[in-house]
Amino acid sequence: MVMPRLIPCLDVRDGRVVKGVKFQGLRDAGDPVERAMLYADSGADELCLLDVSATIEGRRSAVATVAAVRRAIGIPLLVGGGVRSLEDARRLLDAGADKVAMNTAAFESPELVGEVAGALGAQCAVVAIDAARRTEADGWEVVVAGGTRRTGADAVRWAARAEALGAGELLVTSWDRDGTGEGYDLDLLSALGEATRLPLIASGGARDEAHMRDALDRGASAVLAASIFHDGDRTVEACKRALAALGVPVRLAPLPGPATDR
Amino acid sequence: MSVTLIETGLANVASVEAALARLGATALRATGPEDVARADAVVLPGVGAFGAGAAALAERGFAAPLARRIAEGRPTLAICLGLQLLCEASDETHGASGLGVLPVRARRLGAPRLPHFGWSEVTAPSACRVVVGGAAYFAHTYALTELAPLERAGFAVATATEGETFAAAVERGPVVACQFHPELSGAYGAALLGRWLETSRDSADAAHAGEVQRW
Repeated sequence: MVMPRLIPCLDVRDGRVVKGVKFQGLRDAGDPVERAMLYADSGADELCLLDVSATIEGRRSAVATVAAVRRAIGIPLLVGGGVRSLEDARRLLDAGADKVAMNTAAFESPELVGEVAGALGAQCAVVAIDAARRTEADGWEVVVAGGTRRTGADAVRWAARAEALGAGELLVTSWDRDGTGEGYDLDLLSALGEATRLPLIASGGARDEAHMRDALDRGASAVLAASIFHDGDRTVEACKRALAALGVPVRLAPLPGPATDR
Repeated sequence: MSVTLIETGLANVASVEAALARLGATALRATGPEDVARADAVVLPGVGAFGAGAAALAERGFAAPLARRIAEGRPTLAICLGLQLLCEASDETHGASGLGVLPVRARRLGAPRLPHFGWSEVTAPSACRVVVGGAAYFAHTYALTELAPLERAGFAVATATEGETFAAAVERGPVVACQFHPELSGAYGAALLGRWLETSRDSADAAHAGEVQRW
């Protein structure tokens, strides 16, 4: 079995990291390249860059950021934020992204998923779904445009459709849990695991390794975490060792010592 | 020593170029068959379908010089689809031919979930010098599942298991082909690339010394 992945996420606007700028131990906590290198060197299995720029200039600088991060790190790079067309996806992959995440644009124009998967490969095509529990009924609905619009559409059904359209992976964020530190929405993960066979990256709500372990036990292939690394107190390496202590078979760097052949 | 990169038009070479640059190796893109024939070291990356990759190698004239330099044991690194293109054929595209330097057919991996996507453990025999044991990043659906013919052809075979055991990498001197992506496999991958570059430099130096002596 492939090992469960830990994916730190950086929100970038106009070439600068926007959250966690009080990060300890870096010369410039706002520099995406420095942060990316720190996470990669600390054992991150993959890195997610989310472009939260609001302007066209901002989006253009995202491509330069991707290229700079690509030159600096040797782990897979997932890039999302404002991917609205095959050209947007291609531009990011050419700059060095290994995968692109499509959210609102994919929901509004689902043929985009097939276009990207068809032209660039399913392994590049991640569909990001923000899901919120329905207030009037069971289940979850898709939320778009940065959480500003509840669509009423069934999130699990959209996930199954995205798979049918050619998506290679799903990035699922519980809108209710995001930022709360109460843990991932495990029922949502179970429902998605039953509805699709795609690898699931769980996002939204983690405060500690027990939360991550729970998500992985419920079928997530990977956990995305942002806030928990923001102030630099908890390193990726420490997080992975804690996960290993909880029985999760994460990838660990060999501990240095006389027995290790380097 | 500069490294020549073969573009099949299907691979994202940015990751490979970046990984080589971090190790101090300049990567140049091959513009024609002469570049592949003359290069001290060649990298064949690859992502995508077998048929398209094989056609691209043939159209650009890279197939013959690539096969020749591998037969001569000159430094060559093939990655992912690049490994599969060295085979005779692949279940992925019937009727397409690979270079045939690996006497096997790439087959659909018998894993419960495909593609095999993520980090898996590589087990390397002591006969491998460039490839060692450790976790590497894989992203593939097809794989080399017949190992004995590879060993008979003189390759040391490192393995991984996802549903079934398959060749994670093959190695014969400075000719190395990996199913995983060393350029995306963190410190493990960087160390592997570093060892391949070192082996390649030794091999290229010996070749040049030989040429000088001849004159």
